[in-house]
Amino acid sequence: MMAVSKKMLDQEPSEIELLLPFHAAGTLNARDTRRVDEALANDPDLARQYAVIREEFAETIHLNESLGAPSVRAMQKLFAAIDGEPVRKPSLSTNISAWISEFFAKLSPRTLAWSASLGAVLLLLQAGVIGAVLMKNQTASFQTASLSMNDPSAPITRDLRGAAPPRALVRFTPDARFADITALLDNYQASIVDGAKGGMFQLQFGNRAMNKDEVAGLIARLQAEKIVNLAVATP
Amino acid sequence: MQVLYGRHHVRVFRFGLRLVRDEQVAEDLISEVFLDVWRQAGKFEGRSAVTTWLLAITRFKALSALRRRKDVGLDDETANAIEDTSDDPEVVVQKKDTSDALRKCLTSLSPEHREIVDLVYYHEKSVEEVAEIVGIPENTVKTRLFYARKKLAELLKAAGIERGWP
Repeated sequence: MMAVSKKMLDQEPSEIELLLPFHAAGTLNARDTRRVDEALANDPDLARQYAVIREEFAETIHLNESLGAPSVRAMQKLFAAIDGEPVRKPSLSTNISAWISEFFAKLSPRTLAWSASLGAVLLLLQAGVIGAVLMKNQTASFQTASLSMNDPSAPITRDLRGAAPPRALVRFTPDARFADITALLDNYQASIVDGAKGGMFQLQFGNRAMNKDEVAGLIARLQAEKIVNLAVATP
Repeated sequence: MQVLYGRHHVRVFRFGLRLVRDEQVAEDLISEVFLDVWRQAGKFEGRSAVTTWLLAITRFKALSALRRRKDVGLDDETANAIEDTSDDPEVVVQKKDTSDALRKCLTSLSPEHREIVDLVYYHEKSVEEVAEIVGIPENTVKTRLFYARKKLAELLKAAGIERGWP
């Protein structure tokens, strides 16, 4: 350890020697302080040099303290100069951000944590309310084929055939003429989609889907026709 | 600003005075320093201590003031005359007062050595802070202080004072 200090000034100083003044002033970090402490404990030459440094340290403080303080003139000059400065308007964004920073800095960690939790709950509530309002007042420009929100009678399940027009099995009276049948088909915008099976024809009405009531009405009207013996709605 | 001034003006004044060696100039310096601080308060990023920032500005202002003084005709001879207002080491030795001699020798150091001794011992600045204030690498801070101390020892030795180091 004796090699740590350098007796000859012509030699390059060791790293520990360079740190001695900072150790005396108490400005070294913990690691370097420990290193210097260990070196001082083991090297008398270094300890002697450290004693000299302590003297320099004390006298430097003494010298600076003896310099006194500036007169009031310096302060007057400063504040006169500040008064003469143009008024500065800090930018609005700086003001707002500073205010926000200051506001949150004032809150204790516990308050900040509660505020954050409350904020999260409010956010969820808000999302729920917005979602409910949107669902209630939905005026969508499109509508799924299988679900009509405006028609409670519409089936909720998806119809694999799509929105198919209603169909019915119809049996005509034996005296029904071809012209009568054609006229009926025209009146109902119907077409025969399947041949006569057991004396019954399967008719399709129009080209749009109908709800249950419409289909029932349609079947009742068919049933009332003179040339129709039987009309049964088919799925 | 009043609080900042009240807390730091003496320290700033003393650091400036040690550099410019003229009370009037040092007083002007602190006005300039704090006016700059007032103008540039928004630029202070808080990465270093306020005193480090203040001392860095003071140093810059002091060097500018010294340069201005030189420009108005202060030649080397006159400058030497100003430095000679303190007793030289030979006179000091007659006082047989090591402390006094040490203070006189501290005053006789070059401005570069004076400022680093003051920053480390009086202003209690770390290696990193001195590097920031003076604008030199950290290793240079350590070696410059070592050679300032070496110079101090030489001045004291010339004054007949042996301290056991070197």
